[in-house]
Amino acid sequence: MNKLLLCLLFITSTAQAATIPVAASDVAQSWDGIYWFLVYLSLVFFVGIVAAMIIFAVKYRSGVYKKPKYIHGNTPLEIIWTVIPTILLFVCFGWGWQVYKEMIHAPSDSMEVRVIGKQWLWQFVYKNGTSSVGDLFVPVNKPVKLIMSSEDVLHAFFIPNFRVKKDVVPGMYSNVWFEAKVPGIHQVYCTEYCGTSHSGMLARLIVLSESQWKDWLSGKKIDVDALPADPTFPGFRANRLGEGMPDAQAGTQSGGQLSLADKGKALVSTKGCVACHSADGSKLVGPSYKGLYGREEKVVEGGKTITVTADDNYLRESIENPLAKVVEGYPPSMPPYKGLVNEEELAAIIEYIKSLK
Amino acid sequence: MAQATGSVPHHERHHAHHFKTGMEEFEACKQGMWIFLVTEVLFFAGMFMAYAVLRVFYPQMMKDVHQLLNWKMGALNTVILISSSLSMALAVSAAQRGEREKIVRNLWITLLFAGGFLVVKYFEYSHKIHEAILPGKLYAYQELSVAKAPLFFSVYFVMTGIHGLHVIIGMGVIYWLIRRASRNEFGPNYFTPVEMTGLYWHFVDLVWIYLFPLLYLVS
Amino acid sequence: MSHSASAHGDNYLNHSHGLKSWLLTLDHKRIGLMYLFVILGMFLLGGLFALGVRLELFSPGMQYLTMDQYNRFFTYHGAIMVFMVIIPLIPAAIGNFILPMQIGAKDVAFPRWNLVSFYVYILGATIASSTLFLKGVDTGWTFYAPYSIKTGSSATLVLLGAFIMGFSSILTGLNFIVTIHKLRAPGLTWDRLPLFLWALYATSIIQVLATPVLAITLLLLVLERLIGIGIFDPTLGGDPVLFQHFFWFYSHPAVYIMVLPAMGVISDVIPAFSRKPVFGYKAIAAATFGIALVSFVVWGHHMFVSGQSDFANFVFSFLTMLVAVPTGVKVFSWLGTMYKGSLRFDTPMLYAMGFLFVFTIGGLTGVFLAVVSVDVHLTATYFVVAHFHYVMVGGTLLAFLAGLHYWFPKFSGKMYSEGPARLASWMIMVGFNVTFFPQFILGVLGMPRRYADYLPQLTTLNRISTMGSWILGIGFLVVAWNLARGLKSGRASGPNPWGALTLEWMTASPPPHENFLVEPVVTDGPYEYRGEKALMGDNA
Repeated sequence: MNKLLLCLLFITSTAQAATIPVAASDVAQSWDGIYWFLVYLSLVFFVGIVAAMIIFAVKYRSGVYKKPKYIHGNTPLEIIWTVIPTILLFVCFGWGWQVYKEMIHAPSDSMEVRVIGKQWLWQFVYKNGTSSVGDLFVPVNKPVKLIMSSEDVLHAFFIPNFRVKKDVVPGMYSNVWFEAKVPGIHQVYCTEYCGTSHSGMLARLIVLSESQWKDWLSGKKIDVDALPADPTFPGFRANRLGEGMPDAQAGTQSGGQLSLADKGKALVSTKGCVACHSADGSKLVGPSYKGLYGREEKVVEGGKTITVTADDNYLRESIENPLAKVVEGYPPSMPPYKGLVNEEELAAIIEYIKSLK
Repeated sequence: MAQATGSVPHHERHHAHHFKTGMEEFEACKQGMWIFLVTEVLFFAGMFMAYAVLRVFYPQMMKDVHQLLNWKMGALNTVILISSSLSMALAVSAAQRGEREKIVRNLWITLLFAGGFLVVKYFEYSHKIHEAILPGKLYAYQELSVAKAPLFFSVYFVMTGIHGLHVIIGMGVIYWLIRRASRNEFGPNYFTPVEMTGLYWHFVDLVWIYLFPLLYLVS
Repeated sequence: MSHSASAHGDNYLNHSHGLKSWLLTLDHKRIGLMYLFVILGMFLLGGLFALGVRLELFSPGMQYLTMDQYNRFFTYHGAIMVFMVIIPLIPAAIGNFILPMQIGAKDVAFPRWNLVSFYVYILGATIASSTLFLKGVDTGWTFYAPYSIKTGSSATLVLLGAFIMGFSSILTGLNFIVTIHKLRAPGLTWDRLPLFLWALYATSIIQVLATPVLAITLLLLVLERLIGIGIFDPTLGGDPVLFQHFFWFYSHPAVYIMVLPAMGVISDVIPAFSRKPVFGYKAIAAATFGIALVSFVVWGHHMFVSGQSDFANFVFSFLTMLVAVPTGVKVFSWLGTMYKGSLRFDTPMLYAMGFLFVFTIGGLTGVFLAVVSVDVHLTATYFVVAHFHYVMVGGTLLAFLAGLHYWFPKFSGKMYSEGPARLASWMIMVGFNVTFFPQFILGVLGMPRRYADYLPQLTTLNRISTMGSWILGIGFLVVAWNLARGLKSGRASGPNPWGALTLEWMTASPPPHENFLVEPVVTDGPYEYRGEKALMGDNA
């Protein structure tokens, strides 16, 4: 009996492992919890329904069973099969919502990386100004928050091993976060159809040890091929982009150049922003950048005063379409910058504002 | 099958073969018409939704920009359409009593009002086109540079344009009714087309009564 | 009776002759059949695109198609199957034929509009299909902005085609609602209405309420492409996510336009072959309406990762759970109908049982996607593809085949051969599951949908799926061949080969021009198979 159980356990765990990606983060493990719960719950219902159908089909086939029962229903039974599934469904919903909360709330100490999607590649921009195409390098055991936007059409950023996915939408920022527990290479896909080479819009998430990552960030080349392959598919290499695409690290610009915030600082002076916005808290025509990020601001929107948090999306809107929400006490005089700054420049300016605590 | 293929005076008219009585046929048509109007409501609801989204996201823009519309013209058109609803209602009640002259006269009046509505609309549109106050990326009006203003005119032109299309279709149907009425096809036991067109016309009127304040009188 | 002569000779098929008598017919039965043949033609076309998609996916890398061609293939497959096949399939084809007969009427309330609806459908389908000979369309059937605004393909015409076909759908729905309200035979009270009609009634309501929203959405998108009105275009200040809200406000209820009639067919077939009243008639009718109602407030579950607010995700996930309850009630009620019946396994019943099998899988995997966190990983992967094929193909198409075989004798007065019909039903069941079950696993492993190319580690599962599609395709061919043979040389079926009790079986097969020679009077419910008295003779 014990052997049978063990055997069964072995088979199920092998089957489980073969049909799901490696859970490379705590969130992924929570996700697996509810997923397998749903699988087994569904199996109970499915086996029950199909077994009943087969048993009825055999037992009551017209050849042997000639006394069809003249009944129209059974109210208690009908109530039971309405109420019990309802309860179970709300259990699923509640549990699912708990896991979702884990998925969406990035820890406040997350490392931020900016992600720009465009037909058909992923570009990653780090705080220190390093930028890479097709390969996202992150340290292990450190929460990472991606701030993503698109230059053209909808894309979606999907890392199966972390069970996270989010649409990347032109004109706004969306986020995903994860904390990698498993070093090595993880596959990244675009999962929102985006035209011709949608299926070529792949990337690799490369999880390094803290020290390796710092080396890479400071410009050292990493031998990616020596890293463990995607643990979901041992024996296969994770893929980055379609064939013929350049080596990501060749396209990487790192070391020696300006950090993202410094680039932003340069931009606000070349674009003329500094004429109206100070960096030291003094009040010019417009509000100062200092301490702005994350602050609650009273703004006038359509004649009404409301309170907003100055987050990435608010800053983006205030640069591209400044008159939408004007900070109380300031004149609505800034011209719209939409089309005058590209995604990378926007990211740099916002990073600069962010750096002025 | 004595359906409306030729000219059949109302007193000789028979209901379609699959209905038991003329009353049943009338009731079916009326229900069908109401359901059709429900689909119309939902069709316009999509546009009102788009309008609502703009209104919620960019209230100031809506306020600033709507002043480019001439509310006097809008108000004039509202009066015109309400009057046309009245004459339409008179036509329906005349049809129920079989007063041929009166049906025809009131339908002509309705048609005239509808034409008047379109004339006013023509002046509004041509002025806007002349000034390049146009939807979306066609917008090139220099006097007023409010961000997203083109979106307001997208909604304005789509909504009033589709409403105008409904007016034009209604005019076609009313003209068809006039032809049939002059052949004395409507009377106490057959006035379905007039009544149905009446319902449609009141609906078109009602849509305008919502459009006018929402577009011309944003506050 | 003076009518008895015509009962043997005159029927709707030989009532009048010539092509014109078909093309201009106002007879709901002929319109239904014309719909049926055109839709089956479109089904063949959509199916060929599907086979092409699967063939390309037999191996990683690009084999037979370029990426652009592949993108057109899956777009045509989806757009044809959704707008031109699955939505009109049961209501416009079978429903048109059966609905007036099941209520004992001579025709639908507005026969002219019925014919108009058919030609509107033809017009829309022609316009949309004409793009096959132009630049094609590569947006996916969902037309998401802003890609659908930017693409250089012939998307405008396809959007217009879908827009026009919407009116056909509205007209059919409107016609059905009024017909059911106004033209029921004496004694056919609402609580005696066959469940197929309850389903068509609920479907019609959804068609009438949801389709106009699709119409305006597609129209706005057309204007977006033609003159750039900017409402959905982020570069002009519009909101692409708004398009998704608009689109799914229609397209989620549309899922129930596709599946409710299927459930209706099953609710008619199972009692007839169980020789037993349907279990929980009121519960099934109520569940039908429950599903229709809830269908309008769950569209946001297509957008859990779109960037809509977390609050919206909470609400939509919660509401979506509610869909599963009435669906479950139906499945249990069908099982309850089989319990202590005297079951006969003619082809329609085999399809109905196949429906129960696959629809259960389709429904349960729907719960996965309703749970917001689980959906985050699974959405836009092959899991979703597998799920909706289990519901649309496994559900709607199997139910359609059940209905087609069930009512075939009514349409034609002839019988198909039972042997090949059963064989085909097994081939379709096997082919279907082999095709689509591996896709669940592919999806969990992370394979995104709409991928022309995939990673080599996913080859085995993709190969199994492709081979399944061949079995499935051959299964459909066997069905077509067998039914064509039945039409040509099948034996006479008699008016009521299944001993069913709904009104359409109370008249000749094929039915006379005006359905019934004498208006039927209803004195009992539609499924009152009374114990042993309900048994069929051994010959049946």
